[in-house]
Amino acid sequence: MSPAVTVNGTERDLPEGVTVAGVVESLAGAAQGRGVAVALEGEVVPRAQWPTTEVRDGASIEIVVAVQGG
Amino acid sequence: MTTTARQPLTIAGRELRSRLILGTGGFTNHEVLAGALEASGADLCTVALRRLDPAARGSILDVLDQAGVQVLPNTAGCYTARDAIITAQLAREAFATDWIKLEVIGDDRTLLPDAVELVAAAEALVDDGFVVLPYTTDDPILARRLEDVGCAAVMPLGSPIGSGMGIRNPYNISILVERARVPVILDAGVGTASDAAFAIELGCDAVLCASAISRAHDPTAMARAIRLAVEAGWLARGAGRIPRRRYAEASTPDEGLPVFDNASS
Repeated sequence: MSPAVTVNGTERDLPEGVTVAGVVESLAGAAQGRGVAVALEGEVVPRAQWPTTEVRDGASIEIVVAVQGG
Repeated sequence: MTTTARQPLTIAGRELRSRLILGTGGFTNHEVLAGALEASGADLCTVALRRLDPAARGSILDVLDQAGVQVLPNTAGCYTARDAIITAQLAREAFATDWIKLEVIGDDRTLLPDAVELVAAAEALVDDGFVVLPYTTDDPILARRLEDVGCAAVMPLGSPIGSGMGIRNPYNISILVERARVPVILDAGVGTASDAAFAIELGCDAVLCASAISRAHDPTAMARAIRLAVEAGWLARGAGRIPRRRYAEASTPDEGLPVFDNASS
């Protein structure tokens, strides 16, 4: 069964063994990455760990970028 | 535009050429932002973090890079120390900067800082190696508490965010400035150029403006106006204002005043 992951508040079915890098790519495309940061279950995942950090079934992931503000 | 006006502002060892920091919120598009940015002369700009929108076109980072300005990420929209800390950590990861404009607000109607959560978040972030610039009230005691936990500057409001009400309590701001040992950046409430000049005249080291510029009818013109006001305020402060008096003091001498006879007698 493919893991169901909540990505930025929306539940998505993702392939077995998907990593943080894979989730970011599925949402934003491979070109994205600059100025992007990720929190998995409320913990920041450093970019260097994206390719090796697996996202498990039921996990919640927040992917953020810079916007105008402040 | 003298050397006095250009005396750099140093925060946490980093020199800033401009005493105007631009908040990037509220601009209708990136082109308008780029124009205002250039006119403002700012070399530090705030940005916020929000969920990635795959449909969004162009990054604000490209605009800021092109202008050669540095990024000051904020924690806008955070109501708890926990959320602000995670947001700051995300910002450090996204922008490769330890600097954070810390905002922890109490409610969405006033957007006033939640003092208790703010100090807790500031302390945790300083311990985590951040250069923390907290958005705070104009309370000198709270500013002192923020300094005590290691904040690199304090950013008191003149009035609520986006209100354009100027500096509602100049006495508090001047007391806060007198007692501060870190730079003071007036952070909210500026409505027009004179408010920015007043902030600097009161002793603030810098002014942060967003809405006053971004929501002006002509943001580029207002950016330039506020830039000049900040410089004017700085020059005036250095020049030393005259004392206030209750009664007039003639600037023209009485000596040598001619006396005229009453012509009708």
